[in-house]
Amino acid sequence: MRGTLKGSKGTRAILSVNALLIFAFLYAPIILLVAFSFSDNRNVGQWGGFTFDWYREFGENDALQDALWVSVKVAVWSTLISVVLGTLSALALERFSFRGKKVFDGLLYLPIIIPDVTMAVMMLLFFSEGLEIINNFFGWQWTKGFQTITISHVAFNISFVSVVVRARLEGMDQIHEEAAMDLYASRWRTFRYVTLPQIAPGVAGGALLAITISLDDVVVTQFSAGPGSTTLPVYVFGLIRRGVTPLINATSVIMLAISIALILISLLLQQSGGFRLRGRRSEPEST
Amino acid sequence: MLVTITERDHLEEEGSVVTPEFEKAAERAESRRGFFLALPAYAYLIVFFALPLAIVFVYSFATRNRFGGTDLSGWNLEAYRKLGEPIVRNIILRSVWLALLNTAICLALGYPFAYYLATRRPLVRNVLIILVMIPFWANFLVRNYAWRVLLGKDGFVSNVFEFVGLGSREYLFTSTAVMIGLVYGFLPFMVLPLYASVERIDDSYLEASRDLYASGWQTFRKVLLPLSMPGVVAGSILVFVPSLGAYVTPEILGGAKTTLLGSYIVTQFLTARNWPVGASLSFVLMAVMGAALIVYFRKGGRNL
Repeated sequence: MRGTLKGSKGTRAILSVNALLIFAFLYAPIILLVAFSFSDNRNVGQWGGFTFDWYREFGENDALQDALWVSVKVAVWSTLISVVLGTLSALALERFSFRGKKVFDGLLYLPIIIPDVTMAVMMLLFFSEGLEIINNFFGWQWTKGFQTITISHVAFNISFVSVVVRARLEGMDQIHEEAAMDLYASRWRTFRYVTLPQIAPGVAGGALLAITISLDDVVVTQFSAGPGSTTLPVYVFGLIRRGVTPLINATSVIMLAISIALILISLLLQQSGGFRLRGRRSEPEST
Repeated sequence: MLVTITERDHLEEEGSVVTPEFEKAAERAESRRGFFLALPAYAYLIVFFALPLAIVFVYSFATRNRFGGTDLSGWNLEAYRKLGEPIVRNIILRSVWLALLNTAICLALGYPFAYYLATRRPLVRNVLIILVMIPFWANFLVRNYAWRVLLGKDGFVSNVFEFVGLGSREYLFTSTAVMIGLVYGFLPFMVLPLYASVERIDDSYLEASRDLYASGWQTFRKVLLPLSMPGVVAGSILVFVPSLGAYVTPEILGGAKTTLLGSYIVTQFLTARNWPVGASLSFVLMAVMGAALIVYFRKGGRNL
């Protein structure tokens, strides 16, 4: 689609205005939120001069700092685990055929499309009923908290990583792998020196996606968190229900900044190495 | 598999004879390798996804006892029967209605927008797509919170209304607020698949249609829309399914009168302590999602 066919003047005008309004709709709330987070006024709807106070308050608030730390730990661990498991599963699905492949493929798609609330309920029941059994079996002393949150984040992140890496593998010519094998490289060496460098942008993209989703999640985390430790989004969600404060504004802007930074990194990566967000296929650019 | 063929080539060079048995053994070895690669993720998803799902399914047939606990003995369909009661039914109907409305609004806004994006020059287009991607991936909770601030008492929207002379208005905790939040949250989910399918359409079809004296509307109705149908279906599912189970948006922007399915399920687990009803509703939600996906794949959709 190159738009050589422009339609009538009226149609074009409507399309442009519609697009402008939608961009305004998408960005105005974000921009206003950022602007008012610097407002020196307890009333979040009124401008009261520029200040950094709310950000300072964020830095000094122990509960928020603890929650942020839990969030970072969960994001890093769940990403590391899901990148390894997701990449392996992508390789298995794209390069091999084995018994149970279809079932596995289906199972791998479920966490992406399942409604958040259903997954949250699953995790609540699983951990409240199953944790005791697991603890007795392995002799552990786990309670709901960091570990259980990480476990549930891995459960949905494997699928996202796998989809992104698979898209990369799918679009990759196997010619180099075959050449390496023909030259008597072992499977491991072929993977290490040929396949891995080629899928690296996909793996990195999957990792960034996993971090973003982990930092984004509220519902599943809320249901797998314990009373002691919780992530920043869940903590903020609790605060929001009690009302709107400038401190929440500042915290939100920080969360927003982190997520936008992650998006920009993955978009840069996409430009250089070409992985596709969400593994959506699109035709090569024909300019 | 190609790998198998190359493996066989090595052996042929070395002079061994390729027998059917050997071929079978090689295939089996291949299959084993694939299985072992998949095994860690497979096992993980079975233990931490399929098993929890099965537990929810089992609980939906259980009974709530007088102490708010759940008795697993004596399975029954009581929890599913409860879904027909007026209170629950109204919540289900309201959720379905809001989700449908959201899908319709997103489609109405998103289609012309996606078409606009797809017909820009490549450079402009790439920049605009990035501008759509940013809110798509930006923190969902924060995006909802932004509307909470804007729509609240003394919020920006209310102040603007007052400034214009329409009097201060508060939309917070109404279904209008929830609707705005849902459209805001899920519009990019609609735009991106629509864009992908519109962008793929060859201009010459549209030109041919115009050359044959079809009007602009006819060209849209008979050529553009049918060709972009996969995007319409994918976008609609991507918007409908999560908005049906939406929890964060109605919790932040809605009020007690606008309880939706997601919040109701959560209440069943956290406060009402009626696990069987919560479990059965979660399962119904999943069934709806499953049905939507079957429709999608029947229509020939390949990836979401």
